[in-house]
Formats: sequence, C-alpha cells, structure tokens
Amino acid sequence: MYPSRFQYESPKTVAEAVALLDQGAGEAKLLAGGQSLVPMLKLRFASPAMLVDINGIEELRYHRFDSDGTLRIGALCRHEDLEKSDIIRQKQPTISAAAPLVADPIVRTRGTFVGSVCHADPQGDWAATMIALNGRIVAQGPKGRREIAMKDFVLGPFQTALEHNEIAIEAVIPAPQGVAVGGYIKLERRVGDFATASVAVALDVVGDKVVRAGIALGGVGSRTIDASDAAAALVGQPLTDATIAKAAELAAAAAEPRSDHRGSADYKRHIVATFVSRLLNQIHSSKEAA
Amino acid sequence: MSSLYEEVSTAPASDVPVRRVTININGENRTVDVEPRLLLAHLLRQGLKMTGTHTGCDTTNCGACTVLFDGRPIKSCTMLAVQADGHAVQTVEGLATASELHPIQEGFKAEHGLQCGFCTPGMMLAAKALLEENLNPTEDEVRWALSGNLCRCTGYQNIVKAVLWAAEKMRAQAGQE
Ligand SMILES: Cc1cc2nc3c(=O)[nH]c(=O)nc-3n(C[C@H](O)[C@H](O)[C@H](O)COP(=O)(O)OP(=O)(O)OC[C@H]3O[C@@H](n4cnc5c(N)ncnc54)[C@H](O)[C@@H]3O)c2cc1C
Ligand code: FES
Ligand code: FES
Repeated sequence: MYPSRFQYESPKTVAEAVALLDQGAGEAKLLAGGQSLVPMLKLRFASPAMLVDINGIEELRYHRFDSDGTLRIGALCRHEDLEKSDIIRQKQPTISAAAPLVADPIVRTRGTFVGSVCHADPQGDWAATMIALNGRIVAQGPKGRREIAMKDFVLGPFQTALEHNEIAIEAVIPAPQGVAVGGYIKLERRVGDFATASVAVALDVVGDKVVRAGIALGGVGSRTIDASDAAAALVGQPLTDATIAKAAELAAAAAEPRSDHRGSADYKRHIVATFVSRLLNQIHSSKEAA
Repeated sequence: MSSLYEEVSTAPASDVPVRRVTININGENRTVDVEPRLLLAHLLRQGLKMTGTHTGCDTTNCGACTVLFDGRPIKSCTMLAVQADGHAVQTVEGLATASELHPIQEGFKAEHGLQCGFCTPGMMLAAKALLEENLNPTEDEVRWALSGNLCRCTGYQNIVKAVLWAAEKMRAQAGQE
C-alpha cells in the first residue's frame, strides 16, 4: 500500500514547522512518530498535500521535571522514553504504569506521547492519563503560544482544539500538591490491542488525605471519560473501604460502554469498577507499607 | 545509485517529486532518489533488492518488517524512506559475516526457532535490539521484547529458547574478550 503523493518537508525548528503548516492552509499534516498517521496515509484515510515531519527537531525530544515538580513532555518524547525513564518511575506513577501498555514494544520506539494525545483516539491510553492528571497542551502557532487544558483539547473522536497551523509542542502535568500516587490498568485481548476498558487514577495525597483526585476511563465510550464525580468523592477523604467502594461505583456509573467484539456493556462497566477499586486498594496498601 | 518511484517504473514521470537521500544500510552508505511517499520497507525490498526484510501485514501489526533504525527496532512498513536520510538502518542481511552466522541466527538454527521463516528476520532484529541492551535477559524479558512480532507457525516457545541460546553464547564471547 502506498500513500497518495504529498510534498515532504523536514523543518529543523518549530518556527519553520509552524510557517510550513501555515503555508499549507489546512492541506498540510504534521508527522510525529507516524504510528497512527502513516497507517492512515497508506489506507488513504488521510491524503494531505504536504507532510511536515518534525522528527528532525531534536530539541523536542525531552521529558523533565521543573524545580517545582511540574512535568513537561516534549513533542518528540517517545512512548519508550517514558517507559524506560527512572525519573518517571520515581515521580509519576500513573504515566509510569501506562507507558508499557501503550501499543507494542516496536511501536513504542517511534510513537510519541503528544502525538497520541493529538491523534485523539477515544481508545488512546495517554488521553486517559492526561485527564486524570489534569494535564494541558502547549500549542505554538504563528501568533505565539497558548495553553489548552486537556478537558478542552479533545473536541470529538480524532478532533482537537488545535488550529491547522498550530503544533502541540509539549504536554504539561501540573506539580502535585503533596505526593503524587496513582496507577493505570488496561484490559487488552493481546499486546498491541486497544483497551477493552482502561482506568487511570492520579491522586495527590497529604498525610492520609486525598487533596486532589483524577479518574479517567478509556475504551468505554466515544470519548475518554472524566469520572469527575468518582474523583470528587475521594477529595478531602482518606482511602478506606467505604470511600474506595463509593468511587468505584461512581466511576462505573460514569462509563458509557457499548457492547462489541471486545465484550458486553455490562462486562465493561464491571471491569471499570473492579479496576478503580484495585488501583485505589493498591495505592492504599503501598502507603501503609511505606 | 538505485531509484524507485513507483513499484513498476524506474524513471519518474516529470511531475513526480523526488528526494535524494543517503542511508547507511548495514554499514554502507547508499544514495538513492526516492519519492517521499515510498516506504522504507519498499525501498529495501524493491529498490535495493534486499528481500530479507519481509512485509507481512503492511498495516503496522505483525513486525515482520522490523529493522533497526539507529539501533532501535522499527516497523519499516510504517516509516517513509525519506525519513531514514542520514540515519543508520540494519537489516537481516547485515547479521552474518561472510564466514559466520550471527549468534542469534545460530540460536534460531540450534533451537528450531523457525518453521516457515516469514517472521524470522523481524524476530531476530527485535532480539538483537534486546540483547544490545541486556545480554542477560530473563525468559519474561525475551517474551516482552518480542511481543510486537507475530509468528503464525512456532507457538513462540522455540523462538524464546533461540534468543536465550544466543544470549548465552554472546555472554560467553564477551567473557573471552
Ligand atoms: C499496532 C499498533 C497498536 C497501537 N496500540 C495502541 C494502544 O494500545 N494505545 C494507544 O494509546 N495507542 C496505540 N497505538 C497508537 C500509537 O500510540 C501512536 O503512536 C499514537 O497514537 C500517535 O502518536 P505518533 O507520534 O505516532 O503520531 P503520528 O502518527 O505522527 O500523528 C498522529 C496524528 O496527530 C497529529 N500530531 C502528532 N503530533 C502532533 C503535534 N506535536 N502537534 C500537532 N499535531 C500532531 C498528526 O498530524 C496526526 O494527525 C497503536 C498503534 C499501532 C500501529
Ligand atoms: S509488515 Fe510491517 S508490521 Fe506487518
Ligand atoms: S516461522 Fe512462520 S511465521 Fe514464524
């Protein structure tokens, strides 16, 4: 399978890339890891007149914590960079748990965190972590930079708030208030499959109290679901059997699953409740052990 | 110089954009003119007649087309040939020397790590990337590293054994040096 013809550009700076997208006037597409876009070009689901390949902009390949604890993930940070990162393992448990579950090991050497968020597949794993972590995207266009909160970033399946001439240059995860705890569980039929159901949990904890909570659900709706009621039920509370059960119940109620070849709607809802309580119990017992 | 514009023609129509790229393939610089939409897998197989790299699914699922790109495994059916400009690509043709098989190839032979052989080049390159990082992998680590590569024949057991066999041989060789 061949993509249809396009003009290929490989800019060396973000400014050049933005200028090319601007010049493309909506007919240009940005190429990051290519692990979603190239298959779509081959199937001719997309046939842009121009491809703007950002892989030569080496300065976009980073992930780092600011001194205040804010995490910044550059547009060329690959899935495997996060999977192998010691600093992510130590400081950001939700992302650390999700990284090895995205796609398969070979796709992970190329695919990027930010590209995945921009692809806005309702079944993508990183969108769920971004919602649970209250992340935002920094976009750069001809008029400069702006920040877009994750909850406003995805407008629908495969649609984002980016203008045609804007590049998402980094994802930002705010610093935790207290200690960041959390996790990610995904039910997949086999490696490389998208989620039958997945749950991302990210809590900020001070002492034994939850001071901020995010719970997001993947694979159980036409969008990544922000289970905000379930999260709100935890804020100001310690993790106990009762608060955990309540959050699991509210998360299952927030799911909008459909029956398909991956499982029935009831089954998926059950999985959501199970995963939420499993994650919260894991967090609870690891805190007690500490 | 080798060129590839369409699978069937060797000269470009006048309106076809081409780019000249230089790719280091198995240690040798190859300069080629390619159409930007040409996939790396097709450049290797059709343009350079290096048919060791297989294309199975052509949809980024099977890993048969795996090559090493600057040392890391990638699916060559999902990268444009132009993207490899200035980079190093290793294919299965680069594993053996004129006189000796690579220990990974020996391992596949010794442990019957293949039946039809279709997945084998991709499996061996994914294994090479693993062993370059970790010469002493556990069975689980081998399974994990190969989990992006599908095999329809072997049931995987012997592939895993082959990689563990190669790891042992490579550790022994490293110990001797
Ligand atoms: C076999 C297979 C299995 C997979 N399984 C999973 C899975 O289980 N879970 C999962 O989450 N994903 C999965 N994926 C998708 C994978 O994670 C992709 O890497 C990801 O969706 C897209 O990231 P990319 O960097 O490859 O983006 P690309 O494919 O390069 O781009 C995707 C889209 O986003 C746009 N884009 C990319 N980066 C930017 C940017 N910085 N600014 C503006 N727009 C941008 C592009 O224009 C394009 O429209 C799978 C893919 C494959 C091939
Ligand atoms: S041919 Fe490339 S992944 Fe199957
Ligand atoms: S040996 Fe036949 S596909 Fe693996």
